[in-house]
Amino acid sequence: MSAVGLPAARRTTLGFERLRLLLRSPAFLVGLGIILFWVSCALFGRLLVDPLADDILNSLAPPSAEHWFGTDELGRDMFARVIAGSRDILVVAPLATLLGIALGTALGLVMGFFPGWVDDVLSRIVEAVLALPLLILALLALTALGASNATVVAAIGLSFMPIVARTVRAAVMTERNLDYVAAARLRGESALHLMGFEILPNILPPIVVELTVRLGYAIFTVATLSFLGVGLQPPSPDWGLAISENYALIGGGYWWTVLFDALAIASLVIAVNLVADGLAEVAE
Amino acid sequence: MTLLAEADRGSGVSGTALRPDALRISGLDVSYRVRGRSRPVLRGLDIAIPAGGTFGLVGESGCGKSTAAMAAMRYLPRNGRTDAGRILVGGRDVTALPAAALRDLRRHSVSMVYQDPGRALNPTIRIGAQVAEIYGLDGAGPEEARARALAMLGRVRIADPASVMERYPHQLSGGMQQRVVIAMALAVRRELIVLDEPTTGLDATVEAEVLDLVETLRRENGTAVLFIGHNLEVIARMCAEVGVLYAGRLVEQGPTRAVLANPRHPYTVGLLRCLPRRGLDRRRERLDTIPGFLPTAATAPAGCVFAPRCGLARDVCRADPPPLIPLGDGRSSRCHFHAEAPHLPRNAPAQAPAAPADRAADAPLLAVTGLNMTFRQGRQAVQALRDIDLSVRPGETLGLVGESGSGKSTLARILLGLTVPDADSRLALDGEALLPLGRRRDLAAIQMVFQNPDSALNRAHPIGRIIGRALAKLAGLGGAARRERMLALTRGVQLADAYLAAKPRQLSGGLKQRVAIARAFAGRPRLIVCDEPTSALDVSVQAAILNLLADLQAEQGVSYLFISHDLAVVRYVSDRIAVLYLGRLMEIGPADRVFAGPHHPYTEVLLSASPGPDGAVKRVPLSGEIPSAVDPPSGCVFHTRCPRRIGPICDTEEPPLSPRQDGHAIRCHLDSADLGRETAP
Repeated sequence: MSAVGLPAARRTTLGFERLRLLLRSPAFLVGLGIILFWVSCALFGRLLVDPLADDILNSLAPPSAEHWFGTDELGRDMFARVIAGSRDILVVAPLATLLGIALGTALGLVMGFFPGWVDDVLSRIVEAVLALPLLILALLALTALGASNATVVAAIGLSFMPIVARTVRAAVMTERNLDYVAAARLRGESALHLMGFEILPNILPPIVVELTVRLGYAIFTVATLSFLGVGLQPPSPDWGLAISENYALIGGGYWWTVLFDALAIASLVIAVNLVADGLAEVAE
Repeated sequence: MTLLAEADRGSGVSGTALRPDALRISGLDVSYRVRGRSRPVLRGLDIAIPAGGTFGLVGESGCGKSTAAMAAMRYLPRNGRTDAGRILVGGRDVTALPAAALRDLRRHSVSMVYQDPGRALNPTIRIGAQVAEIYGLDGAGPEEARARALAMLGRVRIADPASVMERYPHQLSGGMQQRVVIAMALAVRRELIVLDEPTTGLDATVEAEVLDLVETLRRENGTAVLFIGHNLEVIARMCAEVGVLYAGRLVEQGPTRAVLANPRHPYTVGLLRCLPRRGLDRRRERLDTIPGFLPTAATAPAGCVFAPRCGLARDVCRADPPPLIPLGDGRSSRCHFHAEAPHLPRNAPAQAPAAPADRAADAPLLAVTGLNMTFRQGRQAVQALRDIDLSVRPGETLGLVGESGSGKSTLARILLGLTVPDADSRLALDGEALLPLGRRRDLAAIQMVFQNPDSALNRAHPIGRIIGRALAKLAGLGGAARRERMLALTRGVQLADAYLAAKPRQLSGGLKQRVAIARAFAGRPRLIVCDEPTSALDVSVQAAILNLLADLQAEQGVSYLFISHDLAVVRYVSDRIAVLYLGRLMEIGPADRVFAGPHHPYTEVLLSASPGPDGAVKRVPLSGEIPSAVDPPSGCVFHTRCPRRIGPICDTEEPPLSPRQDGHAIRCHLDSADLGRETAP
């Protein structure tokens, strides 16, 4: 029996095709560049600069050739603190995001896969939680648990869970009715297999997009929590914390103690969003 | 195009000789820019449709037929480009028109009907307003526009047009939507209407009605038609002239009757041989197929585009592209050896595999008795299936036909165990009760081949994993044994081993369907439910899949429940046929008897809706829409649409499924002698 040959034109893989499209998007590349810059700062920053070295005689010096970003009240170099301040936020925010995505995906799969009372009950709970502002929720959790990097991760992760779950649920609902799921049922696959091995690989693109979007929010939330004093604790050089410590000084004209940390936060959030946009476009 | 042919056509239609051609495409080259590279789609296309004429453009997917339609309206996608050639609509060069004149042309001269009516209508605007808008553009005032819209909806035979005017598109069925779109397209007199597969996806009965409607309105308005399609039967019915498109080139062209009766290009010959013809029986003769793959214009070879797949190809074919050679009588063929085309050697051997012995006497494999299925819709109970009795014998194919909404898919899902029927229903496979999926013991015994090969395979998994997993679960195989069986299976469905590492999206529709078939055969199945397994495929691919299913049946003695709305296909594959209407079994019996009659009035309507390329059967029109299952008609459920209703007894009393002859049973008050017979010779 003669077998049918492989048509040559169809051989390029989907992943390769998507990567090529991504690398042609300038916005994505700019975003990726900024993120890589901050990641290398987080990894190697402390080898180059010392954010804790103080020079009290030179406090609140404006930006100069010696101190590019000026100095703070204790005479610490703001440039060193901005560079070094990227470390904790770049550990805490991604971990929190991953936790939120993992929990939200699991919950969303269950909600989308079991229509009827399971979905009804869980959906109502999710909606109720979503009605509360994310920040208030995280604040409550942190006040109850006490502030530490681990609790910040847990608080943000848990507050992301319902949002992610809703996105995943919608994706599962459309997949669930496709024939390949029926075919898997016909060979006696368990619900767990159907969710984890049949449906999940097909809804990864929206989950990856959700991940990058959430990462942007996570960075923002980590910084905000630090600013409110329930996140990272002094003297670690953190952007949000630095703004919170120094913002009273703006009235005195010492703008450099706040501006560069704020710009750092903004640049990272924007960069993550640029990457998110690029991925979302390619995932279409 | 010769002047002679031109003059011939002009004189054929009296009084139109002075009007310019409705559409004249000459030397049209179109290409798409894909990832920075230019890919040709159409090459040197010549078409001329006289005013009021009809032209059918047939071809399989990817041959460029829709592109031709789009180009005719200068409506190509952004990456599409007309590289060469002229397009004249009513004498005006479309390619050179400025924007305002082009808008004017689209408003007054040309209109288009697409395949998917749901996407052609604006979902947020009521039907009445959408249709009236056309008249508004034509210069009518609001009151007059609405009045004319109402009249037009009546003319396309929409029941209760006044209430339809107030509805939104999603509240109409697909057939009704398409009728609205056609009403809009033909609302005002046009020179040309382009129909791009207007009936694909509609039921045969609805299709017949929509085509009749187009024909009537076309005649009244003297509109010319460019009909794009893949279905030769439909083209034969609608078009005086036909052009066969292959890889962006017109390979044969001429009067439809002559081309279909005596094709002069090997591709046309092959295409016609792929169709299951009347009188062909899968137990005796296989369908012919066309070897190889459909190329696109971009991947077409240097010589004749069809040479790599042609049984007549010689060296000259591979070197020199043939021109469109005039054959006289307005016909032409792009083949060096057009005279030999009718003698194209067969690709698939005609000899059907040795048929198993007649099993008519065997105990039934599947026995369904008193099957009822009631869905709950809010507080209402909807009876999707009612009192179904049927059986399938070992090695037999039972064809299941009926319009959408008749309960075919529900019946399939119940057999597969995906849906649980009402408690009193009895289903048995080999004498053993058939339980819902969760409690079923032998899962491998009943498997399914789905309609849409794209969604039937998990696109995240490689082919090897899809088949391997089925072998693990259904045959309990592992390790080397699984690998061995997998290779045997894929070779059995004629799939190259290289595909095992590929993902589904790298495969064509036909190859995907082969994978789905291999999966269904993973663990010695007894019964396979085939739900329209070829309706998403091209004609040449359909033939190969039908042959494959027949071969596997002869080899393994499996039974099929074959669901399809294509009666020619059902007739070819089935030993017996069951006809469903609104969840009731209207008729069941041996295929020959069901087709030859006497048959149920509903079967008669279905049969007449698809008369075959020869068009020999007289059409029996079916009025109205299929009634809602929520509130089925009293008495005989078909009485509201029955062309042979005898009187009040039909409205009040449901006829029993009464046995006639040789295992043939019909649910009708009429006697066999009074029921219809096929009128074909």
